[in-house]
Amino acid sequence: MAEIHLKSLAHSYDTTANPPEYAIRQMDHIWHDGGAFALLGPSGCGKSTLLNIISGLLKPSEGDVLFDGVRVNDIPPQDRNIAQVFQFPVVYDTMSVFDNLAFPLRNMGAGVAKINSKVTEIAAILELTDVLNKKAANLTADEKQKVSMGRGLVRDDVSAILFDEPLTVIDPQLKWKLRRKLKQIHERFKTTMVYVTHDQLEASTFADKIALMYGGQVVQFGTPRELFEQPNHTFVGYFIGSPGMNFLEVKRCKEGVCFGDIAFPLSAAEKKALQHSTSNNLKLGIRPEFVHVWDKPNSQAQQANVEFVEDLGTYKIVSLTLGGVSIKARLQEDQKIPLQSAYISFPEQWLMLYIDEFLVEKENDDE
Amino acid sequence: MSLTLENVTQIVDGQYYINKANLTFEPGSFNVLLGRTLSGKTSLMRLMAGLEKPTSGRVLMHGIDMTGVSVQKRNISMVYQQFINYPNMSVYDNIASPLRLAKASEKTIKEKVMEIAEMLRITPFLSRLPLELSGGQQQRTAMARALIKDADLILFDEPLVNLDYKLREELRIEMRELFAQRNTIAVYATTEPNEALALGGTTTILHEGQIIQTGPTAETYHSPCNVIAATLFNEPPINMIKGHITENEVTFDNTIHFPLTSELNTLSAGEYQFGIRPSHLSLLPKNDDDLEISVQVEVAEISGSETFLHVRNAHFQMVLHLSGVHSYHVDEKIKIYVPTHKLNVFEKDGKLIQASSRRIEDHFHG
Repeated sequence: MAEIHLKSLAHSYDTTANPPEYAIRQMDHIWHDGGAFALLGPSGCGKSTLLNIISGLLKPSEGDVLFDGVRVNDIPPQDRNIAQVFQFPVVYDTMSVFDNLAFPLRNMGAGVAKINSKVTEIAAILELTDVLNKKAANLTADEKQKVSMGRGLVRDDVSAILFDEPLTVIDPQLKWKLRRKLKQIHERFKTTMVYVTHDQLEASTFADKIALMYGGQVVQFGTPRELFEQPNHTFVGYFIGSPGMNFLEVKRCKEGVCFGDIAFPLSAAEKKALQHSTSNNLKLGIRPEFVHVWDKPNSQAQQANVEFVEDLGTYKIVSLTLGGVSIKARLQEDQKIPLQSAYISFPEQWLMLYIDEFLVEKENDDE
Repeated sequence: MSLTLENVTQIVDGQYYINKANLTFEPGSFNVLLGRTLSGKTSLMRLMAGLEKPTSGRVLMHGIDMTGVSVQKRNISMVYQQFINYPNMSVYDNIASPLRLAKASEKTIKEKVMEIAEMLRITPFLSRLPLELSGGQQQRTAMARALIKDADLILFDEPLVNLDYKLREELRIEMRELFAQRNTIAVYATTEPNEALALGGTTTILHEGQIIQTGPTAETYHSPCNVIAATLFNEPPINMIKGHITENEVTFDNTIHFPLTSELNTLSAGEYQFGIRPSHLSLLPKNDDDLEISVQVEVAEISGSETFLHVRNAHFQMVLHLSGVHSYHVDEKIKIYVPTHKLNVFEKDGKLIQASSRRIEDHFHG
């Protein structure tokens, strides 16, 4: 197991380009030993490039990759003690499940007793005991994917296990089972794991910390809860959450910021940040989960039109318009929904101010 | 043009790909086919399109028997999981190709291409080649080509599977809007319950070549006709518990007893299966009919805004879908609450006998 340190790391596929085009823009990150991390982002954001740099398939054009403080830039993938699980399960079809799982251990020259005990242990955890003697070719897609994972887990010397969209080809019901398994395995072995996905649910349920990537940069590195509650950039607000954050374009006004004639008070730190900035690119963001919907007027609520309601089973999404802007609210399955006209309010705690797309902290640590 | 499948069966090498499918889709309807991989979704669509001939049964378009009429002679479009475009043609020419085949005038073609490109937000890329576009743009190009010829039937075979989660969310909304104004029959295959719910329309649940249930999407979700439908149309999967009812109480797994509530007291004594949705379970008692169960935590999957808490006791495993963040240690002992009016009751053979009841809450807010 290892700590992974990305030190002044950047990557350009074409170093002769002028100006240089970066697939990964310069970053510094330390991923602690034994953590579960997700690289999340839309396609083309650089997450696979970054994973390939960590695994050694790609050598970064700038900066270093350190495993437990040791620079591994020049160490080829097979010598980095890394296990990888890909989108499509990689198994040796003609071998039995047992032999598939034993393969890395035999390569290391492990003894028969050691191999038997390790393979039996891992097979039990992955619920593969009953199929140990089956040929891998005869397994279902999710069983094959478990074998791929198992090959990473049998080794004691693995620095990290890297997952590249491992659940894409698995049916939804099985995805739940496999994801839970993965989580349990992480809790038990505490191997450093890095999981690449474009699916926020997979990323957030798996990882202690998510690196949300966009345009070759990590836009935010934080716990799923931080990304949800305190998105530090409008992109994070948009990308995390389903549907994403609501945004209102606002203007400076006496009270703080205004949307049309609706005034929103600001915290001291927000006011200060606004004074220090000359930008007119000001937005207020609020998550659909935090929008309150009422059927009768009250002092905090604004009248909005109900456009349509989607019944998504466990919850409902109400689309409203407020001053010509679309606002979505997420309500519980059995909550009553006003017809045509509703009154909505935005709890101050969950209303975020963005200047030039970046979050202004509600409380300033300096004060 | 309505589409009707009448007792359609397809047998390949002695295996039933489709077993006596009966369905009618009306013009202007949006229809989801929901089922696991290999459940028969693609087979059923190929039969609808005329790419395959059924072993028995009939395919009718607007009452006219089309069984065995080849796909070329029908007015049908298809969009596949893979982004299929002509790689050496510009996006414009790709979209225009069905109209060129139909020998439309260049003026008509231009008007129509511009209109549909605008709708699908690919106008800026019309002169590019498909491979110069992102995945989402490539799939929009394929969709534009499918939409341009006013087909009677458009078939989508998991079209969004290879796209980003966020892009999928946006394209689903676009599709709903696109089809709201059309007279085409749209059929959309997916493995994902949440996608079916987001698309709306009607949903047909397929399992091992058989149609299990069909009806308006939200209604089908809330009233699954049997255990298979309940299992397939819920994410995370619905919790199933075996139990029996006696004169005045319900027993789960011979260990947990509770009195028959008003919602359940019409059921006669006997063996049943009880289904409870993960989102209906809670950590605090909320209703007068809540059943308290002691369990141990297996693992908590925490997304930023929700928690999926996996628990077990000696007899069963359950998952709770909770709002907010709830952290627990592995093996921690906790109590969970089952609102018994929310139980779906199935007979021993799986057939639904009573759907969970919906008590609409009176309070408002978010």
